[in-house]
Amino acid sequence: MTDITQKYANLAPTTAQKFRQRVLPFLALAVVLAIIPMSGPSGTAYTLLNVMGINIVFALSYNMLLGRGGLLSFGHAVYFGLGGFAAVHAMDAIGSAESGFWANYPIFFLPVIGFAGGALAGAVIGWPSCKRAGTPFAMISLGIAELIAAAGLMFGSIFGGEEGVTGDRMVGHEVFGLSLGPTSEVYWFIAFWTFVGVAGMFAFTRTPLGKLSEATRDNPERVEFIGYNPTRVRYLVFIFAGAFAGLSGGMAAVNYEIFTPEALSLVPSGLVLLMAYIGGIRYFTGPILGAILLTYMQSMLSDFTEAWLLYLGLLFICIVMFAPGGLAGVLYGFTDALRAGKLGEVIGRWAGQAIGSALALFGMIILVEVAVHWSNGFGETFEPYGLHLTFGNPLTWVLIVVPVVAGIVILRRLANTEEGVIA
Amino acid sequence: MSENALSLKGLTKSFGPAKIIQGVDLDIKAGERHAIIGPNGAGKSTLFNLISGLYTPTSGSVKLRGEEIGGMAPFKINRKGLSRSFQVSNIFANMTVRENVRCGVLYSMGYGYSFLRNIGNLKEVSEKTAEILESVDLIDKANLPAVLLPYADQRTLEIAITIAGGADVILLDEPTAGMSHSETDRAVDLITKATEGKTLVIVEHDMGVVFNLADRISVLVYGEIIATGKPEEVRGDPKVREAYLGDEADGLDEGDAA
Amino acid sequence: METFVPSLLNGVIYGLLLFMLSSGLTLIFSMMGVLNFAHASFYMLGAYFAYTITQSTNFWFALILAPILAGLVGAGVEKWGLRKVHANGHVAELLFTFGLAYLIDEIVKIIWGRNAVNYRIPEALDFTIFRLYGSDYPAYRIFMLFVAISMLVALWFLLKKTRAGLIIQAALTHPHMVGHLGHNVPRIFMTVFGAGCALAGLAGVIGGNYLVTEPSMAVLMGPIVFVVVVVGGMGSLEGAFIASILLGLLQTLAISVDTTFGEIFGFLGLSGTSEVGSISIASLAPMIPFLMLVLILMIRPRGLMGDREF
Repeated sequence: MTDITQKYANLAPTTAQKFRQRVLPFLALAVVLAIIPMSGPSGTAYTLLNVMGINIVFALSYNMLLGRGGLLSFGHAVYFGLGGFAAVHAMDAIGSAESGFWANYPIFFLPVIGFAGGALAGAVIGWPSCKRAGTPFAMISLGIAELIAAAGLMFGSIFGGEEGVTGDRMVGHEVFGLSLGPTSEVYWFIAFWTFVGVAGMFAFTRTPLGKLSEATRDNPERVEFIGYNPTRVRYLVFIFAGAFAGLSGGMAAVNYEIFTPEALSLVPSGLVLLMAYIGGIRYFTGPILGAILLTYMQSMLSDFTEAWLLYLGLLFICIVMFAPGGLAGVLYGFTDALRAGKLGEVIGRWAGQAIGSALALFGMIILVEVAVHWSNGFGETFEPYGLHLTFGNPLTWVLIVVPVVAGIVILRRLANTEEGVIA
Repeated sequence: MSENALSLKGLTKSFGPAKIIQGVDLDIKAGERHAIIGPNGAGKSTLFNLISGLYTPTSGSVKLRGEEIGGMAPFKINRKGLSRSFQVSNIFANMTVRENVRCGVLYSMGYGYSFLRNIGNLKEVSEKTAEILESVDLIDKANLPAVLLPYADQRTLEIAITIAGGADVILLDEPTAGMSHSETDRAVDLITKATEGKTLVIVEHDMGVVFNLADRISVLVYGEIIATGKPEEVRGDPKVREAYLGDEADGLDEGDAA
Repeated sequence: METFVPSLLNGVIYGLLLFMLSSGLTLIFSMMGVLNFAHASFYMLGAYFAYTITQSTNFWFALILAPILAGLVGAGVEKWGLRKVHANGHVAELLFTFGLAYLIDEIVKIIWGRNAVNYRIPEALDFTIFRLYGSDYPAYRIFMLFVAISMLVALWFLLKKTRAGLIIQAALTHPHMVGHLGHNVPRIFMTVFGAGCALAGLAGVIGGNYLVTEPSMAVLMGPIVFVVVVVGGMGSLEGAFIASILLGLLQTLAISVDTTFGEIFGFLGLSGTSEVGSISIASLAPMIPFLMLVLILMIRPRGLMGDREF
């Protein structure tokens, strides 16, 4: 052992560190995925979990572009959708094949078809898209998304028109003894591919290409002077992002047994952007958190209130303005302080911020809910805890104005003292 | 070793009506340490940008070991064994020092755009990275994010990234700009050590550094080379003394003392 | 001819409407580097404000008041929102406006409902102005033409003949220099943002009753406005004007062409009943802007008249 390798040994993370940082989280993920069914979830819970798995993989694939590659795309659902359509068509091929390749291809491995479809779409569309980064990239992605969405409605034989293309997942060979009939069996399928997707995308961040993607995001000019073509780096990353989006599309194809051209449109593209950003694009775990939260909000909150999209928009704007690190950023800030033993110093401020935000949020919720009930025009009113809140009721305004003003005053004072400390 | 590492012929560059480089001829031998000096705005950085591929020459040729590289994309020139640093630190700020250097090492080790290898398991890449960090004395700060490094260390990291790919023609653009005296001395030692046996072209304002390091010096004024030669020849050249008025002419003498 | 001339006129009017919408965005984009995703939302707000104002007064009040309200909302958004995000870079700004577009959509749905509102053309303008090749031509379209041209003249006068216009022109081409001249840059930004939103609001007032005033109108119009700005080129109002008219004409003319691919490429053996053959030019009309967007960005990233790439 030379002197240098000795010194190097101190540089690289130790085996224990590697295990803790890179292996343990995946063991934990596998264990969590495996024990969830033991708690005996209901049918609706399984449905929700399955959607979460799909969205986790989709959001992570989006973050390969935005967070790791610095490429803002408004059309990522194109790859989700094209992968999904490839998988649905493959599903039909399996159902109708008597013999040959498709007759032997198990439904369980359909996400592989989605992966290939997404990669192919990424390879074709990425070619013109990746020549430029920044705003031009964002605009091209928007233009292409609109074009593909329009084409989706035009070519009925591929996309099935407005009704879409349907399939049947209970055909072909069973693997692992799963008929994929009930949602609880689909869960194992989703859990398996969620794990594969998450692990695959994490592994990608550890490859030379993954590292170069980050380097190109931070400083594309310098990358050129260490032998790399930034356009090529972006293009390859784009293909992988498309491929993993296609993988999640393949998962969705099996889960829903239907794909409509709607899946290609700007709406899911916007939603995946929100998932990744709200979760935190600078952290690998961010989009996972975002996908879980938004999927939950989408299915649960939309039962409670019609205004859930408004809450989502508010949440997103607050994150953009006040917490660009997303939920993961807030969480890591907390654990970092905890680990550094500085929790005592910051906890007061955080508690204040939490109280201020909660107060402002409380007032906003009252405002929104009263407004929503008023707007429905069925003579309904917002009646929490037996209160009868309408815009004509002075109590309503007290409940809106007082908490919002108090919350903002607290947050502003905290912001001012923080600046004072820095100055 | 009489072969020219770098050879410029009739090189010009215009931006609209402004001729920034107006006909530069320069031969730099393999293994030579060549300094390019000249007053502000003489076109030194533009010349570097032409050689390294950032700009396309308006006319003339740039040859690397006899092969024409003028107008080639920077990454292609880099792969042919020419590497440059920047006047303003141009590093990957969000990555650690070690990752910065490792990015510089990767291509030359044949891992180009690989997506099937775990970067942590590439033993020769890790060793080469460590070797370079050791040679520039940044090994103790290897795991710090680059953005947290003090200024002088960022300059050093800039050089480390430049030499990491193992290029044998190295272009350094004002490597000691903004450094204190002791930091400059350290940087000169480091540059000498790190470019041992390589061809070095350096743009520098600090005359002490120039006369210490360079085998030969070229003086660039208004986009033209007015003198090329050994340090003592250049210093005595009346045209050079005319171009450098006042303080900077004293700088030439200061180099004498050094 | 019967269809061509009215289509031409409609195309020009639609193009002018697009320009009214995109001129503000071009100003904002060129000076601040913000491609405002929510710009079309202010167009929608203009239409809804006008609707509410016409409920209690009349259209002429709305024509003045609604754009001012939209402009004030815009200025507020710049002052209390966008300015705070500015430090985090252009992507953060773009995302902020993206979220804002979401938010305005939802707020509009809550206040005015999910269905289209009955925002009508004023009675005073609801008549046939002349007959063109046998079909009636509504007066309101000529009124739109009139408003759009008035706005064009006013904008031209403001930019070329006033001091404020000179500053804005300087900021269009050299956004970083204006601050060095001692001008209050944040205030200029806020004013331009507000004025741009007011113009979008004006487009909403006169476009909302011509088209339909509904919560999806921003989503439908938004991407097309982007196309105009990108195709026209950064920093160029002339470019935005040409692109608007071009898009307006292309889209309206394409809609009036029922020819199918089968008929055009029949000589290549493409059957009129096949899937590709049965696609008509008219059905491709909504795709034209985006085709232009992608092609321009690939072939000529500066846009038609832009003086720099963005």
